Amino acid sequence: MYGRKMVLIKNMNKDNKIFGACDKATLTCDKAQYNEASLWGKIKLNIHLLYCKVCRKYSANNGKLTKLTHEPEVDCLKVSEKEHLQVKFQKELENNQ
Amino acid sequence: MSGHQINPNKWIDLYSDYLFNYTITRVKDRETAQDLIQETFFAGLKSMKNFKGEASERTWLISILKRKIIDHYRKINSNKGKAEVRMNFNFDGENEGDWLEERVADPFDKTAEDTLENTELGLAIHNCISKLPSKQAQVFKMKTLLGYETETICNELGITASNLWVIIHRARTALASCMEEKWF
Repeated sequence: MYGRKMVLIKNMNKDNKIFGACDKATLTCDKAQYNEASLWGKIKLNIHLLYCKVCRKYSANNGKLTKLTHEPEVDCLKVSEKEHLQVKFQKELENNQ
Repeated sequence: MSGHQINPNKWIDLYSDYLFNYTITRVKDRETAQDLIQETFFAGLKSMKNFKGEASERTWLISILKRKIIDHYRKINSNKGKAEVRMNFNFDGENEGDWLEERVADPFDKTAEDTLENTELGLAIHNCISKLPSKQAQVFKMKTLLGYETETICNELGITASNLWVIIHRARTALASCMEEKWF
């Protein structure tokens, strides 16, 4: 829904300083999901959210997504584990062909 | 014959995380889960000729995996089976059928339902991740699900930090709208 608006905003921000703020805000919002945003960045983000509906929506969805990925049941293979699996599988594949 | 093709070269990349998530919610042990999906892939290779193309590769692999998980529980249950549950059946007299009441599910116990919900959530997320371009999927998994440091990922993949944030942003936007359709 906000995807189209975001594209519009991105096209505008080359010559418009106000909308450039959205890019910065979403970046801070993304960083905040991993606790990597600075305090000043978070303050600016919150001020921005007061008047920007598009970013508010993005921020809310982003938060929901983070919450979901922190559920204990959402898991995936570590990089090393996957490589290990790939190596073994490759051998088996060659044996079969 | 329908259009589903089989191509084992990409199996690990495409399906290992999905299968792993499916398994880990059922066996609760990383090592066992890995062994099971490895066996699944091997079994898939061996019976490739039997693949009729009626279902997608992933559905087909999941159906093999289900068998493997059942087999796994059968195997460990042979030792466990000794700890059997003894019930007093009360076949006669006024107490007949009392054991039935004892076995009724506790309505205040919601854990089974919760587990089911979470299982579906894990698969729903992996479903959405598998629709992302592979680079985005890889970075998102490393950053979000495995919790790697930004620097580690950048070194491993040879990208800059700002590059990483752009990829993360695209992945999150796509995932949020995918999950909005399927989940929220």
